Amino acid sequence: MTFNFSKKFLNQVDKLPDKQILRMLIDGDYKHLTYKDIYMGACRYERELIKTDVNSGDVVILILPHGLDLIFAYFGVILNGSIPSIMPFLTEKLIAEKYREDFKSLIEISKPSALITFPGFKDEIKHLDTHKSSLGVVIFSNETGLNHGLDGEFLKHKGLLRLDNEVALLQHSSGTTGLQKGVALSHKAIFNQLESYQAALIINKDDVIVSWLPLYHDMGLIAGFLLPLLYGIPLVLMSPFDWVKAPHKLMQAISEYKGTLCWLPNFAYNFCARKIRDRDLTNVDLSSLRAVTNCSEPMRLSSHEMFINRFKPYGLKESALATSYAMAENVFAVTQAGIDLPITYDEVDLIFLQENKSAIPVKEGYRSVVMVSAGRPISNVEVKIIDSTGNFLNERQIGEIVIRSNCMLSGYYNRDEITRKSFIDGWFKTGDFGYIADQEIYISGRKKDLIIIGGKNIYPKDLETIAMGVEGVHPGRVVAFGVYNELKGTEDVVIITEIEDKFLNNKNKVIEDIRKKIARESAITLRTILIVDKKWLIKTSSGKIARALNKKKYIEETISNV
Amino acid sequence: MERIEESLMEKREIISTLQSRIAEDILNIPEKVITPDESLISSGLIDSFSLVDLSMLIEDVFEVRIDDTELNSDVFDSLDQLANLIISRAK
Repeated sequence: MTFNFSKKFLNQVDKLPDKQILRMLIDGDYKHLTYKDIYMGACRYERELIKTDVNSGDVVILILPHGLDLIFAYFGVILNGSIPSIMPFLTEKLIAEKYREDFKSLIEISKPSALITFPGFKDEIKHLDTHKSSLGVVIFSNETGLNHGLDGEFLKHKGLLRLDNEVALLQHSSGTTGLQKGVALSHKAIFNQLESYQAALIINKDDVIVSWLPLYHDMGLIAGFLLPLLYGIPLVLMSPFDWVKAPHKLMQAISEYKGTLCWLPNFAYNFCARKIRDRDLTNVDLSSLRAVTNCSEPMRLSSHEMFINRFKPYGLKESALATSYAMAENVFAVTQAGIDLPITYDEVDLIFLQENKSAIPVKEGYRSVVMVSAGRPISNVEVKIIDSTGNFLNERQIGEIVIRSNCMLSGYYNRDEITRKSFIDGWFKTGDFGYIADQEIYISGRKKDLIIIGGKNIYPKDLETIAMGVEGVHPGRVVAFGVYNELKGTEDVVIITEIEDKFLNNKNKVIEDIRKKIARESAITLRTILIVDKKWLIKTSSGKIARALNKKKYIEETISNV
Repeated sequence: MERIEESLMEKREIISTLQSRIAEDILNIPEKVITPDESLISSGLIDSFSLVDLSMLIEDVFEVRIDDTELNSDVFDSLDQLANLIISRAK
């Protein structure tokens, strides 16, 4: 069987042209779209790509607001046989220079032929030196569909000719480091994932997916966009910018459209539980939900409890709680729990776990922690745990999680060396620590110094580099890491730095400057900035700042001060 | 004349309440002094995850509703502008 993205989409359009497949919240109202509507919109973009000689196999970057044009453009690029990649949108607080820099590094590595964007981005383009790069074509969303026919009847969709092992799309995570690592996924990998995942979810004809997740993120793109649209599951979609200001709109949408499936990062459980007023839940009925899947950041029992307690009065069933372990490199899901059976919670000894040794069921009188199971691997994925020398470990021993599947990435796009280093004997090294107990996977930590905030991956190096640009900050003497915030259900970023002697009388200004610079040049807001004396920061033998050790020291000092 | 003074007082009080409550409850930086014309949203001082907190705080303290569609820097971006909005709604 051959897998082809365009073929799958066009089959749905042929079979069910008038099926209302998408409801999208735009300016306060839901727009209803059929397969035919999406196809027509996609053809507008495909024609534009043909007209500008963008070829099959070319990378096309999409920078568009979370709206219909983003969806049309995405499928238009697919139908043209080109490779779409969505770049996070420029938010008002990010400064343009930083965004440009990130964009440039993306262009240098991914070498896109075209950019599809919106009129408001026109001024930005002028700064990009497009003539010096591969980027030859810029298409504006308001200039498509002019002067040509309305339907796609005469288009020969080049996308139909793409082979199943060829790259279908690229996924990037945010920040300088993330944008330099485009995860390239083949047609075959995507369909192997979707086939296996929809079986794990036991998808049925009554299912309706409701999502506010951004489409540049794997969870949003795969679970909250491609799965529903390619498999005929009605999708209700809203922008993350709308959701974050009005989280009740998610609950109202589930109630109104009888949503059955929803994916949320852990912080969203806390966010929804804490930030929705009763009056916004009047007549809301959440009893249709059969799986709310917690995914893409460390999962906490307390977040599940908060969520259930808040929404049980509105019909939410406890059996709807679900979890998944997923990553873009495996297209999406590695595991899934909570579909036909409840999630398993595993209470283990805290000290053994913290030392990354093993997960031992706790004995009475010892300190413990409740681990949330991510469930069993979905049918096409194998999971093992290895030690630092690559040997497989036994049940309940903690080590690095490695995976093998028929839906792995083709590679990090144009980064062969990094791709090669990510595998060991055919197994992909996830960089996550965890263990297996009774065939279920538990995630206990991370090997990489990665901060995850609200499901978004943040590389500490990016933040440290930004902070080092502040006058007074000692270059090379900055450390950034995440500390879990129980109330918020996600991590807060802490920055610790030494400053130059002449700024010691002006600490507050340096702190303020760091806060401002980080806010404007990254996607995060800093809570804690600590200025420390020389000798506070722990360095490795090679003189580098040891993030994990400094984090441990900070936590110990903070606790002892309380 | 008296009324102008009264409303100036009222505005100063609103700003002062906002200053302390935002620093303590939203930013978690009690020592931070937010000046009345400092930009709140466009600077990223109040991030997108905290905008709901701000509207809930305003409703709790001043009994004034700010709609989610108004939570952007075009509607208000400083304590001064926010205080004006609160005064105009309270009447």
